[in-house]
Amino acid sequence: MRTRKYQFTACLIGALALVGAACAPEEEEAGEFTPGPLGAITVETGAPIKIGLIQAISGDTASLGTDQVRAVQIAIDDKGGNLLGHPIRNQVEDDLCKAEGGTTAAQKLAADPQIVAVIGTSCSGAAVPAMEILSAKGVLMISGSNTSPTLTSDLRGTKGAANQKGYLRTAHNDIIQGQAAATFAFQRLGAKRAATIHDGDPYTEGLANAFGSSFKELGGTISLATAISKGDTDMRPVLTEVAASTPDVVFFPIFQPEADFIVRQAKGFPLLADTKKLFGADGLLSDTFIVISQTEGMHFSGPATPTGPAYEEFVGKYETKFGEKPIQAFHAHSYDAVNMIFAAIEKVAVEEDGTVHIDRQKLIDELHATKDYQGLTGTLSCDEFGDCADPKIDIVQNTAGQRTIDQVRGNVLFTFEPPER
Amino acid sequence: MARTNLPPRGRAAGRRAFRLPIVGAVLWLVRIAAIALLLIGASRSIASMRLSGQQWRDLVVFGIAQGSVYALIALGYTMVYGVLRFINFAHGEVFMIGAMTGYFVTDGLSRTALWEAAPVLALLIALSCCMTVSAVVALGLERVAYRPLRGAPRLIPFITAIGASFFLQYTMASLFGTSVKAYPEVDILTGTFTVLGFRILRVHLLVIVAALLLMACLYLYVEKTRAGRAMRAVSEDPEIARLMGVDVDRTIARVFGVGGAMAGAGGLLFGLVFQNVFFLSGFLPGIKAFTAAVLGGIGNIPGAAVGGLTLGMVESMGPSLVLVGLGIPAAHQLKDVVAFLTLVLVLIFRPTGILGERVREDRG
Repeated sequence: MRTRKYQFTACLIGALALVGAACAPEEEEAGEFTPGPLGAITVETGAPIKIGLIQAISGDTASLGTDQVRAVQIAIDDKGGNLLGHPIRNQVEDDLCKAEGGTTAAQKLAADPQIVAVIGTSCSGAAVPAMEILSAKGVLMISGSNTSPTLTSDLRGTKGAANQKGYLRTAHNDIIQGQAAATFAFQRLGAKRAATIHDGDPYTEGLANAFGSSFKELGGTISLATAISKGDTDMRPVLTEVAASTPDVVFFPIFQPEADFIVRQAKGFPLLADTKKLFGADGLLSDTFIVISQTEGMHFSGPATPTGPAYEEFVGKYETKFGEKPIQAFHAHSYDAVNMIFAAIEKVAVEEDGTVHIDRQKLIDELHATKDYQGLTGTLSCDEFGDCADPKIDIVQNTAGQRTIDQVRGNVLFTFEPPER
Repeated sequence: MARTNLPPRGRAAGRRAFRLPIVGAVLWLVRIAAIALLLIGASRSIASMRLSGQQWRDLVVFGIAQGSVYALIALGYTMVYGVLRFINFAHGEVFMIGAMTGYFVTDGLSRTALWEAAPVLALLIALSCCMTVSAVVALGLERVAYRPLRGAPRLIPFITAIGASFFLQYTMASLFGTSVKAYPEVDILTGTFTVLGFRILRVHLLVIVAALLLMACLYLYVEKTRAGRAMRAVSEDPEIARLMGVDVDRTIARVFGVGGAMAGAGGLLFGLVFQNVFFLSGFLPGIKAFTAAVLGGIGNIPGAAVGGLTLGMVESMGPSLVLVGLGIPAAHQLKDVVAFLTLVLVLIFRPTGILGERVREDRG
């Protein structure tokens, strides 16, 4: 017992000495870098600056992630592969477009203290756990394709349920896409009653609900808000309910193959046989969906393709490097996201003869303070919850004679830009 | 003397008397609660006049059509279980391969003149192709994956079945891609007609009639032919059947073949109704058909038919009739929950399934 007591006293004295030693030199070396509350990344001379990517690069949604990984590579090439004299290294992890994938990928990246920031995830469902893990480590995360309102806010000052510190996005918030689709349905199509169908995924549910509340605000009625589950094939029972509620438009922002079953089986219902009443979202803007004959006349909402010389130059680089045109809708958003991170790193980094210190808290604050950033997708300004996008939503229609997704995307009937926030 | 015949009074007796009824009472409470919820939901749904009588009748038809497909697949589960006491979890994949074959055959035929000139003949060709391919796959599965393991503990062929299921899924994915394959339109199957106030889609009529015919043939095959008698004998006791001169291996292979052919027919009908198939299409229908087999009483061929139809009806009617009536939002999302809940409820009421298990007690 006695020896333990001595040990304890010795430890206490030692600890006090250490505290004293730690406190003392602060005044002497005022120029030294001191990390903030979230810590800092120190990049030694010649060591790389590491960026993590969490994107869906396998499975049904592989094109969504691959497109963004390519955009990040172009952004790194544009920098000449170097930032502040250090090479830029990126590490790509797969989010599988699922919560499980998001968890694994985030844990992998969070374990590496050199990761400065993460570009991702591809899918909102994967973002929820990934954000939680990375935020706990103070790692900045910025997504070019998450759109679910729960990840940031409802754009009226109420924080989303899944929102965490250090999360931002350059993709639109689905509140805006819901508004766009509702405005188009109510004003252009003259619909007074609308039905919505989602499949339980955070993206589809968020968008269906956003459409519903906007449609009601405009003066319309939601005749039925229902859902199916992934893997369902027999949609006739649910379509019976939808038809019984006599909607003028049916908004179903879901994915394939469930949407295939809905459009094919809707034909058998006299009330739903008019395909102009069917309204999908960006998840269905794919080559394999629009070739189904029953989608002719259908409307779709989705992010507008950027315009302007800077974007054309980007597409040129994309084509030279990867041999095809951009394959999905969110490459420009991710390109902007990486460049915003690079700009912020350049601003907050402290250099000491070749060694770079990046304070995590300052980096996050710097990104939240982004104002009027000129990117490919427009003029970006971030709010306190992390929404940075300059959202433009196109409503397109699939008409006879259109056989590729680019043709459908080009057939814009209506472009929605939200009033100034 | 009379007093000694009375049950002993005391703590032990009290405990026994207390213990037995409490389980029974809880089960009865569950039963009563289930029936009460069912009745409340249904009466409120009907009283709300949300759906017209015509729409309710539509739901019945959709349920019967979906149930017929489940029944055809369930036959394979139930026959194999009846003979081997083993659940062939790769059976859903045999069904998916039937549906895939149907896609390739109908897609090929739709480019020939035969498709327009003699659509019935074309469909019969497709049907025989699907049944043949699925039967061959099921036979191969039995020969390669299950026969070498006969006599091994029950868990081992079961795990092999799961492995075989993945093997077949991903073989199809790598051979034909992961994309969704769309069946061609069949002109004679579009449109509806009305029978006794029930509006039936032609394609649904085809499914119902074809399923009933196939099941009737199967029933006659099992009950009236020598091969069927051999199956029943092996199901009763393989050792005695062997002593009586029945070729057990061949009979078991035959059971797999017939079950596979039924699943192949189910695959084509599924493809004609839903017009879409891909390499994972067999998973959920397989699980549902297994549920249907248990629901009807596993090992029992008419039970598979009854179970399939019940499950189809429950899935189609359940959410609209009961859940919406109970005020549950987005009820159709819970279709699978309703299906499996029904299984639990039926097993609480009748532990051997609707028609009961037709296997000997000591082997069941």
